[in-house]
Amino acid sequence: MKKVLFIEDESALQKTFGDILKQEGYEMISALDGETGTRLAKAQKPDLILLDLILPRVNGFEVLKKLKGDKETKDIPVIVLTNLEGIGDVEKAIELGATTYLVKAQYSLEEVVQKIKQALGE
Amino acid sequence: MRILFSSPVQCGILNLMNFKSILSQLNIFTQCKRYGLPLWQCPHFLFLVMGLIIAITALISYAIATRYVADPQLVALMVMIITAILFIIAVIITRSFERLTEANRMKSEFVSVVSHQLRSPLSNLRWAIELLMSGRLGKIEEKQTEYFKILKENSARMGELVSDLLIVSRIETAKLPLKKQEFSLEDLINNLIKEFEPFAKASNVEIKFEPEKNLPKVFSDPSQLRLVIENLLDNAIRYVREKGQVEIKLKKRDKDLYFEIKDTGVGIPREDQKYIFQKFFRSENILRYQTQGSGLGLYISKAIVERSGGKIGFKSEEGKGSTFWFTIPIK
Repeated sequence: MKKVLFIEDESALQKTFGDILKQEGYEMISALDGETGTRLAKAQKPDLILLDLILPRVNGFEVLKKLKGDKETKDIPVIVLTNLEGIGDVEKAIELGATTYLVKAQYSLEEVVQKIKQALGE
Repeated sequence: MRILFSSPVQCGILNLMNFKSILSQLNIFTQCKRYGLPLWQCPHFLFLVMGLIIAITALISYAIATRYVADPQLVALMVMIITAILFIIAVIITRSFERLTEANRMKSEFVSVVSHQLRSPLSNLRWAIELLMSGRLGKIEEKQTEYFKILKENSARMGELVSDLLIVSRIETAKLPLKKQEFSLEDLINNLIKEFEPFAKASNVEIKFEPEKNLPKVFSDPSQLRLVIENLLDNAIRYVREKGQVEIKLKKRDKDLYFEIKDTGVGIPREDQKYIFQKFFRSENILRYQTQGSGLGLYISKAIVERSGGKIGFKSEEGKGSTFWFTIPIK
C-alpha cells in the first residue's frame, strides 16, 4: 500500500483527505506542523508528500528546503497544496523542488485526488 | 521596545539614516511613484510647483513695489505673510493626503488578510461537502441531496466573493503582477465557452463566437485575461431574461486584438452607466432580477485590461441589451 504524508495544520482537511485517500487504497500519515512533517518523512519514507505552506513554527518553504536538501527524502515527490498565492510563491516552491503547486481555492477535491494519483504514477 | 545607542558610531549611523530618510522624503518622483500617481496629479509635485510660483510672485511683487510704491518693505512683508499662510495650508493638505493614502492602504491590506483567513475554512467546507455528496461515505437520500446542493452552491458563492476581494486588494496594493506569455486568445475564448455551456443552456442562452481568420497570438497574461472574459461572459448570460443570445467577436485592429461581446439582456439604465466600472456598483434594474453578484467583476476587468495596455468600454440600452468590448495589444 502506497503511503502519502500530509503536512497540514487544519485537522478538518486531515480528516477529509484521510477518508478519501483510504478509499482510494492509500495509507495516509498526518503531520500537523512542519517539524513533525520533516521527521515523519525521514522515518516513514512516504511515496508522496502533500505540503501546506502556512504552517506553525516551521513554514512550508522551510520544510520543502529541508526535504529536498536531505538525501534520504530528496527524491520523494512533493505536491504543494495551499491557499498562499503571493507574488513569486509558485516560482519559489517549484525552484525548491515541488512537483506541483495547487491552490486549494481553485481545485475540487476530486481534481486534487487525480493529481495525487498522477504523482504516484497511477 | 527602546533601543539605546551608546557609541558615537551608532549615533552617527542613526543620523545618517535619518538624513537618508529625509532625503528620500524630498525625492518627489519616489513619493509620487509610491502613491501610483502621475506627476501632474501628485500633491508633492503640485506643492513644489505652487511653492515656485509663490516665490516668483513674491520676488516680482517686491521688484514692482520697490519701483512704484512708497513703502516697499510693508508690501514685501504682506507678501511674505500671505506666502507663509499658503505654505502652511499646502503642508496641511499634503499631510491629509498622506493620511488618506495610508488609511486606504491599510484598508486594502485588511481586506487581503481577512480574505486569506476566510479561504482556508471555505476550502475545508467545500471539500467536506464534495466528499459527502460523492456518496463515498454512504448513500445520501434525495431530500438530503437538495440541501447539500444548497450548501455547495453557497460555499462556492462565498469562495468566488473572497477570490474577487483578494484580486481587488492585490490590484489596489499593486501586488497583481502580469505574467506575460504568448498565447492564443481565440483558444482561450473557445475553452471558456465550453466551460460556460451548461450555464448558458440552463439560462436558455445561445452563445455564438465569430473570430476573424488567421488571428495572431497575443503577448499578455492568459490567467488574468481569462478572468476578464469570464466576467464579461458570465454577465452576458446572467442578465439575459428568459431566452436570449450572446455574440462574441474577435478581430485584429492595427496593433491590437479587439474583443466584443453582445447580449440581449436587461441592459444598463442610462443614469447608471457612468458608475458601471466602479467597485461594488450594481445597477438598480439588475438587482430586481439577480440578487447574486458582488459588483466587483467589471472593476477587476477594467483594472486588468488597462494594466495590460488595452482599453475597455461598452454601449447599452435598457431593455435591449449591452455590448462590452476591450482591446489588448498583440505585442
